[in-house]
Amino acid sequence: MRLVGLYLALFAFWLLMSGHYEPLIVGFGVVSCAATVYIARRKDFVDYATLSWYIKPTLPLYWLWLLGQILKANFDVATRCVLPGSRIDPCVFRAPANQDTGVGVATYANSITLTPGTVSMQTWDHEIRVHALTRDGARDVLGGEMDGRICRVEGRTKDGTEDGP
Amino acid sequence: MTLAVDIASWLCLVAGALLCLAGGIGMIRFPDVYARSHAAGVIDTGGAYLILLGLALQAGFSLITVKLVLIGLLLFFTCPTATHALVKAALAGGLEPLCRELGADETADLADEAAP
Amino acid sequence: MMFAAAMAGVLAAMALTLVRGLLGPTVFDRVLALNTFGTVTVLAIAVLGFLMGRPQFLDIALLYALINFVGTIAILKYLQYGDLGASGREAGTGNSNTGSGSDTGGGGGRP
Repeated sequence: MRLVGLYLALFAFWLLMSGHYEPLIVGFGVVSCAATVYIARRKDFVDYATLSWYIKPTLPLYWLWLLGQILKANFDVATRCVLPGSRIDPCVFRAPANQDTGVGVATYANSITLTPGTVSMQTWDHEIRVHALTRDGARDVLGGEMDGRICRVEGRTKDGTEDGP
Repeated sequence: MTLAVDIASWLCLVAGALLCLAGGIGMIRFPDVYARSHAAGVIDTGGAYLILLGLALQAGFSLITVKLVLIGLLLFFTCPTATHALVKAALAGGLEPLCRELGADETADLADEAAP
Repeated sequence: MMFAAAMAGVLAAMALTLVRGLLGPTVFDRVLALNTFGTVTVLAIAVLGFLMGRPQFLDIALLYALINFVGTIAILKYLQYGDLGASGREAGTGNSNTGSGSDTGGGGGRP
């Protein structure tokens, strides 16, 4: 059943990519998608835990919020890159990550890296080492808003889990 | 209507190009790998998304827009992974950042300042 | 006209990144410059397609983004483990591997 879903998704992707609808070309698509599903099944490649994370309905809302944060941080870092008088004050620190699952922590680390001005350097189970370009960036991460939002996407409130490791 | 779309697309393309330029200047000016990865992040995120958005506004609703969105999604997923892998490899390779690591009390102070 | 302006900015960014790649004191600077250069090249190909009125170039840009990512990860893995076939869990330096598997698998691993 899951393999059929994978096949349909792959084939829809293939049709969107090709833009050709002659029988011969579509036949090639049918065959190549079947081969891909066969290989994926043999390699036990499909990670259903990750997939179930990516079909959560609240995730697109989080992405929209994240895009806004990214734009704000972009203009801050870009001005610091260009203006001659501006100063950077880098620091390294450890931020708590309160997510339950590995996918949640990975999403948090990736979100930190996506926001210019902060880069995740190392991850542990419930902690991330972050390099921040400025103290303001460090404050934004340690304020925990992004952390809480990912916890909410994960389907859990952040109550009582404030104490880091 | 088309004029408004044209103007929006102009703004996105020019802002994206300027962000790319700023990121490039940051790549030259910043002192170490870890700081430069932030400048690279400006190019990877803001510059890329704004330019792709400007192109998508020009293309209208078509297969071209679908492909632009796919390129954007691909960058959205791969760029942070690549940057994280690079920074982690640099750390494991013994390259120390040009700054000290904050202690637990300083981290707590920063969290308190951010919290109110 | 507007595509030409965007192209100029992108090309200047490519030149600056290339300078960092040539200057870069450590090998990680060069890899970072390489990765960023690849991203900017993707943008340049996309803008060039619109500039020349041939949007088929977007397929090339998509492929370039894929290859750029895989290439960067391959170089980094070679640098860190000295062996492209290493599993990464056991051959590491020992202090930095907890959670790395779920990280790359979760963030970039969507097929």
